Amino acid sequence: MLLVTSVPFDMIEQLPAIQLLLTLLAAPICSMLRNGDLSWRIATAASWASAACAFAILHQVWGGGSISYEMGGWPPPWGIEVVIDELTAIILLLVTLFGALVMTALRQSLTSIMRHQRQSLYYTTFLLCMASLIGITITGDAFNVFVFLEISSLATYTLIARGRDRRALTAAFRYLIMGTIGATFILIAIGFMYMLTGTLNMADLAERLPQHHDNKVLHASFAFFTIGIAIKFAMFPMHYWLPNAYTYAPKATTAFLAATATKVSLYVMIRFIFDVYGVEFAFGQMQLGTLLVPLSIAGILVASLTAVFQTDAKRLLAWSSVAQLGYMTLGLALLNVNGLTAAIAHMFNHAMMKAGLFLAVATMIYRTQTSSLASLSGIGRTMPWTTAAFAILGIGLIGVPFTAGFISKWYLITGALDKDWLPVAILLIVSSLMAIAYIGKMLDVMYFKPAPAEFAEVKEGPMSMLIPCWAFALLTIYFGIDTRLTAGLAERIASSLLGGS
Amino acid sequence: MTGILLYASLLVPITGGLLLVAQKDSPNTRDVISVVTAAILFAIVLSFYPAVLAGDTPSVTLAEPIKGLGITFTVEPLGLLFATVASGLWILTTIYAVGYMRGANEANQTRFFLCFAISIAAAIGIAFAGNLLTLFVFYEMLTLATYPLVTHKGNEDARRGGRIYLGILMGTSIGLLLFAVLWTYQIAGTLDFTAGGILEGKASPTIALILLTLFAFGTGKAALMPFHRWLPSAMVAPTPVSALLHAVAVVKAGVFTVLKISVYIFGIDFIAETGAGTIILWVAAFTLTAASLIALTKDNLKARLAYSTVGQLSYVIVGAMLANSAAIAGAAMQIAMHAMGKITLFFCAGAIYVAAHKTEISQLDGLGRRMPYTFAAFFIGSVSIIGLPPLGGAWSKWFLLMGSADAGQWILMGLLLLSSLLNIAYLMPIVGRGFFRPLPADEAARLPAGTIEEAPLNCVVPLCLTAAGCVALFLFGDAIYNYLQPILSAPEAPAADQ
Repeated sequence: MLLVTSVPFDMIEQLPAIQLLLTLLAAPICSMLRNGDLSWRIATAASWASAACAFAILHQVWGGGSISYEMGGWPPPWGIEVVIDELTAIILLLVTLFGALVMTALRQSLTSIMRHQRQSLYYTTFLLCMASLIGITITGDAFNVFVFLEISSLATYTLIARGRDRRALTAAFRYLIMGTIGATFILIAIGFMYMLTGTLNMADLAERLPQHHDNKVLHASFAFFTIGIAIKFAMFPMHYWLPNAYTYAPKATTAFLAATATKVSLYVMIRFIFDVYGVEFAFGQMQLGTLLVPLSIAGILVASLTAVFQTDAKRLLAWSSVAQLGYMTLGLALLNVNGLTAAIAHMFNHAMMKAGLFLAVATMIYRTQTSSLASLSGIGRTMPWTTAAFAILGIGLIGVPFTAGFISKWYLITGALDKDWLPVAILLIVSSLMAIAYIGKMLDVMYFKPAPAEFAEVKEGPMSMLIPCWAFALLTIYFGIDTRLTAGLAERIASSLLGGS
Repeated sequence: MTGILLYASLLVPITGGLLLVAQKDSPNTRDVISVVTAAILFAIVLSFYPAVLAGDTPSVTLAEPIKGLGITFTVEPLGLLFATVASGLWILTTIYAVGYMRGANEANQTRFFLCFAISIAAAIGIAFAGNLLTLFVFYEMLTLATYPLVTHKGNEDARRGGRIYLGILMGTSIGLLLFAVLWTYQIAGTLDFTAGGILEGKASPTIALILLTLFAFGTGKAALMPFHRWLPSAMVAPTPVSALLHAVAVVKAGVFTVLKISVYIFGIDFIAETGAGTIILWVAAFTLTAASLIALTKDNLKARLAYSTVGQLSYVIVGAMLANSAAIAGAAMQIAMHAMGKITLFFCAGAIYVAAHKTEISQLDGLGRRMPYTFAAFFIGSVSIIGLPPLGGAWSKWFLLMGSADAGQWILMGLLLLSSLLNIAYLMPIVGRGFFRPLPADEAARLPAGTIEEAPLNCVVPLCLTAAGCVALFLFGDAIYNYLQPILSAPEAPAADQ
């Protein structure tokens, strides 16, 4: 990698901090600038730079390495430790790369809904959200996870509340209430663990917790944590906040939230289960599987079916997200290499496809100003490039071969069959058919329904939005063929997570 | 070298397709590119014969999206036969399509030829697939690439047809086929097409029965009842599409998939020992009888031909399920023989539409004297489909009858014979009407008796050639049988040691 070799050596060691600081420092700069365009340039540069850092970091840990970095030179457990392994690196890449792509498209998307000066504040919030997601991902300190989780939630509430529709306010408020409950639960869980062990460092926790496995306090801590984080990543039936939040969040923002926020929360769950509580405790003693498997399957089926009957493009995709999150938790609950590979690879693949889909819809909305399916009819003729990107991404979501979605689905069903869970495999196939139904419904409307008169003359989307859309679409195809970065890496991560137990 | 040629066989149609788009403003250049691309592809496919005849199975792997499972292409006799049929007929169809699309003034011709080229690439991918994953990948690609062709007209009919088409083909392939593929992978630990199969000793007879049933129904393109509805729906497409794709490439891809899975995944002996094909054998037997009966009731020419295709496809399935060497030979031959016969019939249907704008059989009275070449070709194609000598179709029917006799399936033999009678009943009246009924009075008054009013030369020449092909295939029956020999005596074939 050219980048890595051309930077001085000690800079490589500082990469984790640099990456976090890039976005964290760009945020206040944007807020002071009061100039939309300039802020956008800074924000975009910062997010691409941190995506480059993510690449460099991934390159460093590629093949099973790990980086430990002491923030400010304070050794743990007094200071905050940053721990990066392959799982961390792939999530980092997910957050920064997809974040940067959305950021690139964001300027055009925002011009129609907010005044110039206000935009710089919006970029500030966006950057803060991204910085906190990076923080959650890299930190090796349990309390730090909570802190960054709170920052990201607060930033997200703000982002959603800026939606043009008044209903965005209630959606944000609803999310605020649910999110606060979730965060409080997580805080209680961490507090209990601190009470038992006297440490907040995740590695130390993992060492000291086993002797408390029969302690009711630890059981309570685990219960609080599971429910709290489940609310955060909208696991069925705690997904109540998600459809509205995604529907009313302004424009391209939804693409960013759908790609990153829930995935990072899910990452936290995987981290805590495997590296803090221990898989033996979580799945053996606490029977997490009995909770996850039925809820995941119910979520997949109910949410897919709900998606089929939606009449708003964004809401439909939001429901599909709830279903797709079910795939990930199911893969996790399968607790074998193929299942876990599917879960991790699908976090990346789904983030990519769903961000692309929401971005394509945002591009259409940029021209039509509304996201109801009826107003998008016939858009395949007026905006052929946007719609073609949408079609590729949609086909990926269904899981057609040569797309990323196929790879995740393949591993997931193989994982179910490895367990001899034939009914589960069949239900997964059924849910794929539902995906055909809801994506097919959208494509049918876009390509074959005659366009409503007022939108008969809309133009193709602006280049700055089209290019990111197509980047997502082409990546979807690329990762359907070359899977070293997704499934290949995920398989290594899965074996090491399971091997350690 | 063969590796490069293998990639080329996929890239040539796609490159040709892209060149077409670049040349969309000059229709003549565009059409020349189409024909040249088709010819190059055919030459490449033919170039594999020396190696395959020598017992080789050249193979390349493009990528490995799933650990241990590559996108792999392997040339073996069965796949090469299918590829030859598809690419050879593509040349004729392209020439024909140029005449038809201009004659019928169809819109969006560039998109039409592009999708057509991608479909052929997908069909070649299916033919040369080295494992089930690759086959599945290209199978889905073929569905998606043909969808815009089915909905080409863009009206309400085309849209409804397209929805049924996509719904059934995607539904069965993801719902049943993918599931069967994954299950097989789980049982056997590999998906490579291997002579003698990969399931023997790993799957119990019950599981083998379930799996084979899933595979056969999951291959919606094989049009087994009750998943045959997409084929008549697809007839809303322009006739060249119906001719090449829905008489040759797509439907043959379906039965080819079933045949290939039977031979290389299950193994002929394994099917015969376990009786895994029992359910599908009778479903196919039912389909071929019922489809012929339905064909009798259709007055629309293309609809009647579509149901005839549904029936004829089941002959291949019957052969695969009987699982003895005569039946497999019959099944493989039926792929080639029926392709040649049915494409002739569709070419004729298109020519009749272009020249006389007739779509219903009841309107064809006396038209044979206006269009003697077309109707003569129609006659030859029909006789080949029915399976009478001296035409190619006779061989496949003969081997299938022998196969059912070998298996002791006397009822089945009876059904096959009955179906041949039904074929006569629904095909011959069309020719009879054309030649022996008088023209309607207003038509007869328009032009003096004896005037020939054929479709453009572009349409008539290909259909005469395919009719001649039906005769030629009869003469080469023995050669094809010998060529297929390696897959009939499976276990010690060289394909096993790749």
